[in-house]
Amino acid sequence: MNDLHLQSLSGLRGMLSKKELSAPELAQHFLNRIKANTHLGAFLATDEAITLRQAAVAQKRIDAGDAAPLLGLPIAHKDIFVTKDWPTTAGSKILHDYRSPFDSTVVSNLAGEGAVCLGKLNCDEFAMGSTNENSAYGKALNPWDTSRIPGGSSGGSAVAVAAGLAAAATGTDTGGSIRQPAAFCGITGIKPTYGRASRYGMVAFASSLDQAGPMARSAEDCALLLSAMCGPDLDRDSTSLDMPAEDYSRDLAKPIQSLRIGIPKEFFGEGLSNDVRSAIDIALKELEKLGCKLIPISLPRTELSIPVYYIIAPAEASSNLSRFDGVKFGHRAEKFTDLSDMYKKTRAEGFGDEAKRRIMIGAYVLSHGYYDAYYLQAQKIRRMISDDFQQAFNECDVIAGPVAPTVAWKIGEKSDDPVANYLADIFTLPASLAGLPGMSLPVGFGAASMPSSDTGTDKPMPVGMQLIGNYFKEAQLLNVAHQYQQATDFHARRPEAVS
Amino acid sequence: MALQPSDIDRIANLARLELRSGEAERMLGSLNAFFDIVEQMKAVDTTGIEPLAHPIAVIQDIQLRLRADVVSESNNREANQKSAPSVERGLFLVPKVIE
Repeated sequence: MNDLHLQSLSGLRGMLSKKELSAPELAQHFLNRIKANTHLGAFLATDEAITLRQAAVAQKRIDAGDAAPLLGLPIAHKDIFVTKDWPTTAGSKILHDYRSPFDSTVVSNLAGEGAVCLGKLNCDEFAMGSTNENSAYGKALNPWDTSRIPGGSSGGSAVAVAAGLAAAATGTDTGGSIRQPAAFCGITGIKPTYGRASRYGMVAFASSLDQAGPMARSAEDCALLLSAMCGPDLDRDSTSLDMPAEDYSRDLAKPIQSLRIGIPKEFFGEGLSNDVRSAIDIALKELEKLGCKLIPISLPRTELSIPVYYIIAPAEASSNLSRFDGVKFGHRAEKFTDLSDMYKKTRAEGFGDEAKRRIMIGAYVLSHGYYDAYYLQAQKIRRMISDDFQQAFNECDVIAGPVAPTVAWKIGEKSDDPVANYLADIFTLPASLAGLPGMSLPVGFGAASMPSSDTGTDKPMPVGMQLIGNYFKEAQLLNVAHQYQQATDFHARRPEAVS
Repeated sequence: MALQPSDIDRIANLARLELRSGEAERMLGSLNAFFDIVEQMKAVDTTGIEPLAHPIAVIQDIQLRLRADVVSESNNREANQKSAPSVERGLFLVPKVIE
């Protein structure tokens, strides 16, 4: 009973059904682990009474014979989803102590399925960052090596799952914020097609890119969660797609014989570190063993996705973040001379450096005389990047490559160099811009297991493989990942400190 | 064409952000470093390419929905104003703007 945090969601659900365990006992197990691991900085808010109350309600449903697959399972939410029962900060000082009057659709979908909420998870401020160092409420630490970043922006989510503090977690992905921290912490995560999960109640960063998705211990667990998270929300999110919810577990067991896996040559260029390259190469060989065919393809505008994304996302962010004005909610400066001064001081005090930088970039590229050269040009290249994918999908079914050029780096290593952080997003940005589903699964370890390490780490750090599918092919990605996970055990490995 | 300190002042004003003097200098440095990597975008020939706003528009027609113009929410003013910094008699308070 002490290894409940290492069990799969369906395993835990089976124990609940067979009365080997009660939902409150299960919740308490995770609450105890959260308390014993506060040094990891994964959680921003917990409330035992509310969690246990939810667990008691779930137990009643279980006792009444309700077979909902997530009923009684303890999960936690990235603090970018607004919640009635917990404060929501989006990792920002400007939302300190903010209480939403409503739950986001993703949160209420999961609660409706009976999932129990353990609390809110740390993240980069407004999901802007890839290290979790931009949180106003402290860093989250990578449980594989606590001197390293867990990745971001869904850093707390990745830490909570990797360290066994939650059975699974929600995350959001704008330019890689589910896939990259999942890769850095050795867990599995998926971002669905843009428009598949409702954005209602997700604190907005870049509206044409933001998508919610699950982060968990396996593709099988992700499929269960994603099925509950996605579906139409037509009255509340104007970009929500009018398509019925799906069972993403339906194809998990399908053989992947003769599946064509596209290998984009641009993902294996000079910037890729040797340790990540060899882990991915071995994983691709494993897919070949399972019957897949590897097909060389090209995504010629991969490098351009960096400037294109870092124009479009800040432009949308500068617009979205204009709502933080010290009037309707959140922080207000104490001293000011007039209304305009109040706005300026409130925002200066409330936003961190990275949020300010992106607001500035966004305001500039949208300003008179620059809109065409920057924003419009970026949107045009965005279409070219998306067309490149459609071209590639003529030749292959799924695209595979690394999630990130290196394993997780040391805390502080790139914190003074924002551009270095942006460049490290190169492999996750293209699928984000195209709105395609993408996932990350653990496929090996870098650095310590490789004598010719590029990063000089002393502990083995996880490497994630990225799978990108065509629109609405989430079930196919999960199928490939599940088949890989049936043949290997990387997804079951835990950091030494987690037993 | 690097940004000048005066550009930073202008953008900060547009964005309603007060920057301290050291902060403005650092901002200038990091924005200029950023726009160096943006340069490569300019060389791309995008003649005749339609800008893409909603990614799914690549494969199908997408029209952003408008909901019917009917009352869908009940009055929830108290809950909605709970996190406001300054409220009086159901109104948001701001510094005086009309003399």
